[in-house]
Amino acid sequence: MNPFYRNVLGGREGAIGIAILAALVFIVFPLTLDVFRLNLVGKYLSYAFVAIGLVMCWGYGGILSLGQGVFFGIGGYCMAMFLKLEASTPEATKIQSTPGIPDFMDWNQLTELPWLWVPFKSFLFTMLAVPLIPALLAFIIGVAMFKRRVGDVYFAIVTQAIALILSVLIIGQQGLTGGVNGITDLKTLLGWDIRTDSARFTLYFVNAALLFGCVLLGRFLLSSKLGKLLLAMRDKEERVRFSGYDVASFKVFVFCLAAMFSAIGGAMFTLQVGFMSPSFVGIVPSIEMIIYAAVGGRLSLLGAIYGTLLVNFGKSYFSETFPQLWLFLMGGLFISVVMAFPNGLAGLYVSHVRPRLFRKRVAADAAVASDDKVTA
Amino acid sequence: MDFLSEFGAILMMQGFNGLSVFSVLLLMALGLALIFGQMGVINMAHGEFLAVGAYATYLVSATVQTYLPAFMPHYFFFAMALAFAVTFVLGWLTEWLMIRHLYKRPLDTLLATWGLSLVMQQSLRSIFGPREVSPTMPDWLMGSWQPTDGVDIPINGLFVMSITLILTVGLLVALFRSGWGLHVRATVQNRSMSGAVGIDTKRVDRVTFALGCGIAGIAGSAFTTISATGPTSGSLYIVDTFLTVVFGGASSLLGTIASAFLIAQTQSVSEFFMTGSMAKVLTLSAIVLILMLRPQGLFSIKVRK
Repeated sequence: MNPFYRNVLGGREGAIGIAILAALVFIVFPLTLDVFRLNLVGKYLSYAFVAIGLVMCWGYGGILSLGQGVFFGIGGYCMAMFLKLEASTPEATKIQSTPGIPDFMDWNQLTELPWLWVPFKSFLFTMLAVPLIPALLAFIIGVAMFKRRVGDVYFAIVTQAIALILSVLIIGQQGLTGGVNGITDLKTLLGWDIRTDSARFTLYFVNAALLFGCVLLGRFLLSSKLGKLLLAMRDKEERVRFSGYDVASFKVFVFCLAAMFSAIGGAMFTLQVGFMSPSFVGIVPSIEMIIYAAVGGRLSLLGAIYGTLLVNFGKSYFSETFPQLWLFLMGGLFISVVMAFPNGLAGLYVSHVRPRLFRKRVAADAAVASDDKVTA
Repeated sequence: MDFLSEFGAILMMQGFNGLSVFSVLLLMALGLALIFGQMGVINMAHGEFLAVGAYATYLVSATVQTYLPAFMPHYFFFAMALAFAVTFVLGWLTEWLMIRHLYKRPLDTLLATWGLSLVMQQSLRSIFGPREVSPTMPDWLMGSWQPTDGVDIPINGLFVMSITLILTVGLLVALFRSGWGLHVRATVQNRSMSGAVGIDTKRVDRVTFALGCGIAGIAGSAFTTISATGPTSGSLYIVDTFLTVVFGGASSLLGTIASAFLIAQTQSVSEFFMTGSMAKVLTLSAIVLILMLRPQGLFSIKVRK
């Protein structure tokens, strides 16, 4: 079989799965939803980046990070800083006491652009910063924690603390970050107005294409030896270590990758929604993002996307119509996903739907698979 | 001379501030140290158990004020007992319905208890409303104590401190001087061996979890004397509390005490020099950095891995 077909698309079943989701995202949603709703779906799909990152590092690697919002937020803030600088031209801000700096800095009596903001005048720097700064942060955290063989639970608590630190820092440093309100009033990207309907339409497709790119990259990595090692590490870490593998490096790698995915999602979020605020950084959003992956199935990249869409549709439906019920439902979702369906929707698919769909083929596939093993 | 006495007063107030933060932190961390340190279970709903304790106190206060005004000066201790009883029973049920199925999957416990915390938060909001409430304090808890001029020590702070002291000593005695404590420590060290010598480890787990929740209830009850309670007030502290326990070395109660002391002093001293949020960032970052260098925490029991 063609290796691209087998490893990246995941064989016939994987290719059909991708085709169905692609048809839904690229054809059905744009045709049936108006621009406002489509923009909303685009926002959800930007969360899905975090969810597929979590599938890789939590589902496969066994590393539960309670701080993915940190990376989502940093990616989003990098993008927002660039857009804000572009929106704060001296002409647009001439009523301020210091024209040419973002409005919230002026409100906080800043008289010049802080050094942290200066590099974000460059588009190239911003494009590099969006994935690389979160990856660097993840690398530092990962090396410090995994090289010392810190347990999963400790890692979860430390990442949660980092999420708290960053959100308190952003809220506290009002002059530098816009405080609780975040960075708002973003207008153009390199002169292209991102608030128009046509821009939103285009951004939706860019976002979806990037998401599928990440899914395919994830599929490729997970079907390679790395994916098998991750699973082996998750289940018997000591044994992998004694087989001569550097367990910590694999963990650091997958954690950095998840951070980069989240950051891309954050940047796309900023572009589509038009602002970034600390409410996407702290503990609560970080844990909420875990439920997306958990509902969809922690071992399925496509499942994570469905999970994200489903939870967010549910959230917007219930918090509009029955706001009282939403937290009960969300809490119930956490509990039931853990207690009853540890593999989420994808797990239900594997146990209930697949046997009906492929009743005859499963037996044939099993035979082919065992042949494959023999020939390989 | 004048300057010196003023300086002394500032120092004393600051020291008292630190001690007060310390006792609050320790009070919250005690129950968690028991559950997380001894059982390895992450209870993200700990803050909500705290809030349940606080609301129980509020209910007793409101009832007594309406029907038995003469009893007002003495109600607080009954309220505390009720807070303990309610949270103990809730903890018992939680362990029975949820936690016991998840001992092998600690990360999943974290998610499940987070779900529980959402449900509890919303229940509290539906029952008591979104606004913060506080019970009417008996007169003897109001006011302040002035040992010298310029030094003003609030009684309720002293009250919380003494509750913390009593609970800590009580828990230490229970763990190290009672049959139950012996069983708990044995179960922590070697579960299958403890089972083999006839300890009912499942029962030990359930009682330990329930007791940890009960302590959270008492803590919540004590907190009503210093701040108002809302449905989400428990969740504000959960991260600090976890960090306290982890920083001290999860299975060491003395470590928890030491780390609560260190964190509280760092926090209150740095608050003197910068804004509250920056002080918090500084303290938390210091803890995270130290944890990265020394992941087992300040005090750790040596175990063979």
